[in-house]
Amino acid sequence: MSPETLLLATLIIPIVTAVAIYLLDAVPDLREASTLIGASALFVTAILLVASMDGGEGASLNLGQAAPGLEFAFKLEPLGALFALVASGLWIVNSLYSIGYMRGNRERNQTRFYMCFAIALLGAMGVAAAGNLFTLFIFYEILTVSTYPLVAHKGDANAQRGAQIYLLTLLGTSIGLFLLAIVGTSTVAGSLDFVPGGLLNGQVTPLVGSVLLLLFAFGIGKAALMPFHFWLPNAMVAPTPVSALLHAVAVVKAGVFAMLKVAAYIFGIDLLRDLPATDWVLAVACFTIVASSLIALTKDNLKARLAYSTVGQLAYVTAGAMLATQAGFMGGGLQIAAHAMGKITLFMCAGAIYVATGLTEISDMRGLGKRMPWIFGAFFVASLSIIGIPPLAGGWPKFQLLLGAVEAEHTYVVWVLLVSSLLNIAYLLPIPILALFPPRGTPEPAPYKRPEGAPRLVVIAPVITAAGTLVLFFAMGAIAEFILPIAGGV
Amino acid sequence: MIEAIMASSPDFLLRHAPILLVITPLVLAGISSFMPNGRLAWCLSILATAASTICALVLLGEVQTTPGGVVSYALGGWAPPIGIEFRVDALNILFLLLITIIGFLAAIFSWPTVAAEVRQEKRALFYAAYLICFTGLSGVAITGDAFNLFVFLEISSIATYVLVALGGNRDRRAFPAAFNYLIMGTIGATFFVIGVGFLYAATGTLNMADIADKLAQSGSSRTAQAAFAFIVVGLGIKAAAWPLHLWLPNAYAYAPSFVTMFLSATATKVAIYALVRFAFTVFSANIFDPGTDFVFLFGPLAMIAMLACSFQAIFQSDVRRMLAYSSVAQVGYILLGVSVGTAAGLSAGLFHLVSHALLKGALFMAVAGIVLTYQGTRISDFAGLGRAAPLTMTAFAIAGFSLIGMPLTAGFQSKWLLLQAMLDQGWGFAAAVIVAASILAVIYVGRVLQAVFFQPPANPRKVRQEAPLILLIPLWIMTLATLWFGIQSGTVLALTNEAANAAIPMIEGQP
Repeated sequence: MSPETLLLATLIIPIVTAVAIYLLDAVPDLREASTLIGASALFVTAILLVASMDGGEGASLNLGQAAPGLEFAFKLEPLGALFALVASGLWIVNSLYSIGYMRGNRERNQTRFYMCFAIALLGAMGVAAAGNLFTLFIFYEILTVSTYPLVAHKGDANAQRGAQIYLLTLLGTSIGLFLLAIVGTSTVAGSLDFVPGGLLNGQVTPLVGSVLLLLFAFGIGKAALMPFHFWLPNAMVAPTPVSALLHAVAVVKAGVFAMLKVAAYIFGIDLLRDLPATDWVLAVACFTIVASSLIALTKDNLKARLAYSTVGQLAYVTAGAMLATQAGFMGGGLQIAAHAMGKITLFMCAGAIYVATGLTEISDMRGLGKRMPWIFGAFFVASLSIIGIPPLAGGWPKFQLLLGAVEAEHTYVVWVLLVSSLLNIAYLLPIPILALFPPRGTPEPAPYKRPEGAPRLVVIAPVITAAGTLVLFFAMGAIAEFILPIAGGV
Repeated sequence: MIEAIMASSPDFLLRHAPILLVITPLVLAGISSFMPNGRLAWCLSILATAASTICALVLLGEVQTTPGGVVSYALGGWAPPIGIEFRVDALNILFLLLITIIGFLAAIFSWPTVAAEVRQEKRALFYAAYLICFTGLSGVAITGDAFNLFVFLEISSIATYVLVALGGNRDRRAFPAAFNYLIMGTIGATFFVIGVGFLYAATGTLNMADIADKLAQSGSSRTAQAAFAFIVVGLGIKAAAWPLHLWLPNAYAYAPSFVTMFLSATATKVAIYALVRFAFTVFSANIFDPGTDFVFLFGPLAMIAMLACSFQAIFQSDVRRMLAYSSVAQVGYILLGVSVGTAAGLSAGLFHLVSHALLKGALFMAVAGIVLTYQGTRISDFAGLGRAAPLTMTAFAIAGFSLIGMPLTAGFQSKWLLLQAMLDQGWGFAAAVIVAASILAVIYVGRVLQAVFFQPPANPRKVRQEAPLILLIPLWIMTLATLWFGIQSGTVLALTNEAANAAIPMIEGQP
């Protein structure tokens, strides 16, 4: 198949999957099978697409235009290819996990759940492959709207409130700031295409450039830069598979991916280095990194702690982009992949604990490791990866970011990164350690809610991704070489 | 398609399309009032609106093929400026198409709701009133004579008062609403006719093109300025421009469902047309300066309308009132586009006008379908209807997304164009107001959608029941149109660009 066909297929497969899920409403086994088939087909397509790429140049596709200058254009570049691979690959693992989780918990409205999941993946694929800002914005909004029913899944007052905050923050920032930034870009530059080296480079005054950069940085609400981060903890009312794939991978990574892409292809390293606002956004990102880690320390609810951890880890990517150096960009790009693998594991572990025991608070989980060794083992490995300890995937991006900070002569960023790693240790590691090696005199944890413990699929999935963090460490060199073109390298 | 219609239409139609467009519904209105039952009158109304739609399509072909882009028709053979002239150019063909096509779809959709909401013996008369209203609106859009425009405006308004008052059968609050509308509407019409009187005093002619020429020669005068002020206020009332909109929310909320749907999509739009026509073409010489007058006059009012009425919409518990407040806010968007005074701004405003007509029509159609099967119009009555009437409510949701301005809908395209027109002029503040009002729209549309799709039904005994097919088909045609114009806005954009260019060059040609 030609690369163009493959690119089209990445958009069509999720749609077909969603339709199939809808039609198979009455036959749950086939419905779940179609999710798995769709996810696998998407992953294979993404791999073939990446294989067809040639030195940073990927397939491109034009599906016509909405109006002059507003084209539905797709063009795959290395960063997008990486994001597409991560999202589609983890969709398979997550689908296995979802099946175990949703059945284990006897959740209602499962057809709607799987359908919205497939459409959310359509959004993620579209964001990954978008060839201009207009197309990116469309799929960004599809992602927002399609995940709303997933967040509101439980349907009780709490879930509805969380989902309202979720939708309002994401739509509010995207319409109020992101859209304004896009129209502004189109007015200034007369185009919306992603141009290597930066569309706006050499076309804007520092003032206009700064205003646009601020609008982009805060308008891409999915990147969860403070003060627009609060939707993410609120989205934790969703079932855990949603938190795992969407709020650790697809949705939030679409945000930071868009941020990196805007930084690399709309502004470009050279322009970013000259804009005063770059330093401001960098400072906000650094503040977000430290502040969210501190907040995470205070949370006893496991998912809330993980959510704040995500806020901080996402800000690494934004910080990487705002360092405006090659190493910074690389660090940001690698962080997308590394954090995805690690955080999905942590969330899946949290869900496994919940399905088996009904526990949500960290303080209740002491000593639970004896009964769930695999889960807490996976949790331990993934925690180390998030902290950034080699030989796990998370080590690479942190190293690159440090390099970038030194290169950009931002000494305070080096300190922020070091302090953050220490804070990561403080809020993540006690969880598996206290579970696996409880201090003497710890009372026995509550018995299983489900007599047979966590369903097998729910245990297998996080173990796979935990192993993935190890594998990814050794693949990072190849990935780094692959995405080098975004940073203007050859 | 236009060529095919042009080629197959007889010479008679080609020559007399302007008058046929108006006279067919007027004659059929008279006939339908004698019909023994409502169903025959309904068929006549479909026939009449279909005939007018064909005339409008033929006229579109003529406008596009005539050099200069103006089709002039002298009534009774009396040459203008002595006689009355029907004058169609790129600006008003847009409105003629809008009125006739939506009028046609509305006519098809009307029967089930009219049968449910209007008493048996009044149905034939109801359709007669509808056709008269339709005649009046298309007459306003087609005529080239200022006084004749007043006559058509009153024809449509008086018919509208009757139509709104007929809602009293369902909810007696329709009577005071219709009465308020009558008082406000009559004041508006009076202001307008006083303005036309001043114009006649200043120029000695009533033909709009002729007035423009005479004003260009004679220069500005107190009389002409007074005429401008009266006409703008008079039409502002009809267009429900903030703060002259107070008649609208109640009239929309208590009129029969079908009437609300038709009015929301056409009536205020026609008044906006007349406003644009007078400001940009009649007064363009010497009196009206698009760079300043509308900027200071309508710009701030439009922004207040967008914010204040969107805010009010959030607190409505009745879906129709909520949509009515939203309509006033949308009029604000349109007038904001118009007030920029550039071709891009005018085109964006007109595009928003078209997209809003389609989506608001679709929203009110969906509400009408719900009223028909489930009675209530409060948001709490809509709870859980996503399961009970998925087809109706999906259309409602799509139109609602368009109202917010989500990508892939016509509403997004129009907001995009508006934002671009604002930023082109350096109006960052206006652009901020546009997005702020859109966020308010997220809240008020979201409230309804959340009730529809995520709340348990208020009354669990409600069975699954869609609106009748005859209602669903026009609803989905309009819904798909909002989607289609969001994905392929080229057709509409070409029309609005031509319309804006027809209005603007007369100004830009000036020193």
